[in-house]
Amino acid sequence: MIEVDNIHKSFGDAHILKGISACFDKGKTNLIIGQSGSGKTVFLKCLLGLFIPEEGSISYDGKKYSELSSAEQRNLRQEMGMVFQGSALFDGMTVAGNVMFPLEMFTKQSQSEMEDRVNIVLKRVNLIDADEKYPSEISGGMQKRVAIARAIVMNPKYLFCDEPNSGLDPRTAIIIDNLIKEITEEYEITTVINTHDMNSVMEIGEKIIFLKDGLKAWEGTKNEIFKTNNKAVTDFVYSSELFKKVRQMYIEERN
Amino acid sequence: MKQLADIGSYAIMVREVFKKPTKWRIMKTLILKEIDELIYGSLGILIFISFFIGAVVAIQTAMNITSEFIPKNLVGFATRQSMILEFAPTFCSIIMAGKVGSFITSSIGTMRVTEQIDALEVMGVNALNYLVFPKIVALMLYPFIIAVAMYVGIFGGWFAGVFGGFSTSADFIEGIQLDFIPFHIVYSFIKTLVFAFILATVPSFHGFYMKGGALEVGKASTTSFVWTSVVIVIANYILTQLLLG
Repeated sequence: MIEVDNIHKSFGDAHILKGISACFDKGKTNLIIGQSGSGKTVFLKCLLGLFIPEEGSISYDGKKYSELSSAEQRNLRQEMGMVFQGSALFDGMTVAGNVMFPLEMFTKQSQSEMEDRVNIVLKRVNLIDADEKYPSEISGGMQKRVAIARAIVMNPKYLFCDEPNSGLDPRTAIIIDNLIKEITEEYEITTVINTHDMNSVMEIGEKIIFLKDGLKAWEGTKNEIFKTNNKAVTDFVYSSELFKKVRQMYIEERN
Repeated sequence: MKQLADIGSYAIMVREVFKKPTKWRIMKTLILKEIDELIYGSLGILIFISFFIGAVVAIQTAMNITSEFIPKNLVGFATRQSMILEFAPTFCSIIMAGKVGSFITSSIGTMRVTEQIDALEVMGVNALNYLVFPKIVALMLYPFIIAVAMYVGIFGGWFAGVFGGFSTSADFIEGIQLDFIPFHIVYSFIKTLVFAFILATVPSFHGFYMKGGALEVGKASTTSFVWTSVVIVIANYILTQLLLG
């Protein structure tokens, strides 16, 4: 579980996060949604420890990040997995090399043990035949799956995903969303996903936090998002005709 | 003010490079890869340029000897002095700032743009140590290619001097042995080691801290070349004053 208590973050005169508090549950897919410029990425980077908030605290299973020693912070980092928007795979390494990288860096496993673990993880993300290929030789959807495999290879307690299905076709996006959800439940991971894709919200949004102008404007589940009258949320979520019709049908069904 | 801030950031970067080292098993592979790319990969172009610059120095020296009182062995002497003192260590380093420096900036800059550096940091890897330290170690072999450049440059001078009819082989060889001061080689290699450190760190700084996209990677490579050259030229002056002045 990750608890965020009233964090503030500024860059120069720009006050990006203006006191956000939230709680992200273990074994659930927690979604952060909001328009571009709402502070989603800065918030996620604060959760990752890449940005240090000026005020407030972030606790990981009860341990406050700011109170940990450098060594403890490094150890905590090794319990985190991250799927970047552009996958961020290392160009000079094969798929297997990318997935094996954290194991080589942080474990004392033998080559055969590492290879076994890589095969297990690649099998889990349905990529067993692509292990010798380079990132430039595989599709965007496959790159995302490699990024997920690399993120989970160390059995992380926390998984962070920044726009995991951006640039993917709707069908592949749903496959990636479901894969993240299955992995979250299977390994009991605290997963935080940064997205503005409403299909993801409807598909896997077990807990949703809506950010607007650096503040938490709404919090709920994918079912509650249909009922809310919060104008900021409805303006964002139901901006497309498709979702307006979906909401209309939901309301009519309930009446 | 920005330049002062950059100097401070550069100093902090250099300190971070030597902190929290990467596992030796991985570092060893990275160093060998960098030796292949930065040292072995630069050998051909430096040999090619050194040969022709040595030849041109010999021809120009011979063409400017108009007085009968100037000994003919001056062609060999001038070629040797030019190659050992300045051309091989300094001019080659400026060429390397273009070849190796731009490569380092663009490769690290691309890693920054594509979030690969963020990925390393999220994993808890000291990205500066992982990316920059192997380059510093690899470039400590830089004096080796400079020694080759010195030899080839002098050979180029001999070739042009003898086959162009500007000098006899005996005069040229007498010139390259004349008043030889072994400390000049030491001075040259000290300079080369300092330039090697500059070549590894200044382009890395420009790549590592760049912001933006593909266009900015190109701009960072150009800026990196300019600043690496400026720092090399200033360091050259300071070291010459300290060691020979």
